Amino acid sequence: MTSTTPTPRCALRTEGLTKDFRGFRAVSSVDLEVAEGTVHALVGPNGAGKTTLFNLLTGFLKPTSGRIMVFGDDVTGMAPERITHRGVARSFQITSLFENLTPREHVEIALQGLTNQGLRFWRSEKLLGRRRDEVDRLLAEVGLTELADKPTGLMAYGQKRALELALVLAVEPKLLLLDEPTAGMGIEDVDRTIELVRRIAEGRTVVFVDHNMHVVGQLADRVTVLQQGSVLAEGPYDEVRADPRVITAYLGEAHSA
Amino acid sequence: MTSIATAGASVTEQHAAIAGARPWQRLVLLAVGLLVALGLPWFVYPPVAMDIAAWALFAVALDLLLGYCGLLSFGHAAFWGGSAYATGLIAIHLGVPFPLAVLGGAVFAMILAVPIGYLSVKRSGIYFAMVTLAFAQMLFFIANQASSLTGGENGLQGVPRSFFGIEAVETDAFFFYYAALPIILLGMWAAWRIVHSPFGRVLVAIRDNAPRARALGYDVERYKLIVFVLSAGLSGLAGGVFAVSHGFVALPELHWTTSGEVVLMTVLGGIGTLWGGVIGAGLIVMLADYLASSGFDGIGIVTGGVFVTVVLLFRRGIWGTARHLWLNRKRS
Repeated sequence: MTSTTPTPRCALRTEGLTKDFRGFRAVSSVDLEVAEGTVHALVGPNGAGKTTLFNLLTGFLKPTSGRIMVFGDDVTGMAPERITHRGVARSFQITSLFENLTPREHVEIALQGLTNQGLRFWRSEKLLGRRRDEVDRLLAEVGLTELADKPTGLMAYGQKRALELALVLAVEPKLLLLDEPTAGMGIEDVDRTIELVRRIAEGRTVVFVDHNMHVVGQLADRVTVLQQGSVLAEGPYDEVRADPRVITAYLGEAHSA
Repeated sequence: MTSIATAGASVTEQHAAIAGARPWQRLVLLAVGLLVALGLPWFVYPPVAMDIAAWALFAVALDLLLGYCGLLSFGHAAFWGGSAYATGLIAIHLGVPFPLAVLGGAVFAMILAVPIGYLSVKRSGIYFAMVTLAFAQMLFFIANQASSLTGGENGLQGVPRSFFGIEAVETDAFFFYYAALPIILLGMWAAWRIVHSPFGRVLVAIRDNAPRARALGYDVERYKLIVFVLSAGLSGLAGGVFAVSHGFVALPELHWTTSGEVVLMTVLGGIGTLWGGVIGAGLIVMLADYLASSGFDGIGIVTGGVFVTVVLLFRRGIWGTARHLWLNRKRS
């Protein structure tokens, strides 16, 4: 907090963030700056280190070196749940839900994640139903009202992704990290998700990873291109898209794929 | 881990079980359960009835950990046996009424579970099982060595059954059963309460997907430690009652085979069903008693055979399979 902040406040900043896996450098001294209230995309070919970077930012991996600052506070090396308590929420690339819970139960769990209510083993689970209005509002926001009490295991893929977003929103994050929110979706679902992300980005800071350049162009204020763990280019979408290095990296990937 | 824990029932089925159990069905189940618990010593030799009740609570306590948090403890003998010794020592040296001694034993088991749980919940899967096993074996050797306190290989002899001077309870196993049953039922109610609490809901979430739970702000290790200690406490209640019922504590109560036996009962009854362990315990204790009284000493072969059969043919366990059939009957 004591560091000087001349420009608009930084929601997220990394300094020289590096992660080695047994000699393989997955993320290589990445300096990232995300201004509060903006939508920032992380793009790059497969294996560029995007998900590793996400795991570092959310505490699921410990960096080999470098620092991570969230809203001015150093969160380097903190446990994931503590980072969540600082207003950072993440979604997962691979749909990551609780198979045996309904969407309503998911949101109930997510809503009490920041409280100590979950420790009350002597109370009835009906306690969870007290925030019904909030649960209903969140489920409505992602369009799952009708499926609220159906088993999650049987839901369609797009619906599961929507539930992911509801969970992310439930922890009232100031900073959202979305790992490929449109991965594996059909065109219709993609457009609906873009709409949804745009809506939830209001008043929040969003960092997301996506392969779909259409999605990136629609949503991102700024784009960081990663290649082999390093930052290749950074700037507004149109600028980055026209960058010859980026074109080479992407076309090279596209041709070899 | 997830595959162990959810092996009991499919997603839809668990859900149907939650949503499909109507209040009257639950009441009928509860009434039948209570009737069986109250009637047991009329049909079964009372000391054996008490064994069944104690093992049943032990299995329910283990299922709290295994079925609802996906943690397979292979060292629960530490809490059953640890409490048995603590209960026995309290009863011998303080002469308090036995429910107080049992309570003391359970508290001892919980205190024991704090360091053991703290060190073991950092691991998962087979490593968790191994760490718990190692601690339980340590306790076994300590109890064996400290023979001046525990009686070593001879066991702790002469555990009294004081109960406010009511002689029927103190001397007659039949009446003792009814004096001790409330402790067992209280333990079972506590397990039910824990499973159906906000805490229980988080446990299921952790079992299904621990990283996701962490991303939602849950300190997963803290939850695991708490359920570990709670499970140890309930195991301690069971072990304490067992010790008082027998009037002595034998060293094998702490042995790893005791840990294995309670896992067997839980799996037999059905992982993640909570009450399955009651069926598993009843079956194994009665089978062992029948075989022992008919002079057959290869009990392990028979219980092992039953176990293999059930695991291979009815993966959901007895309770889980029954529930499955009931739900399918309704659907067709």
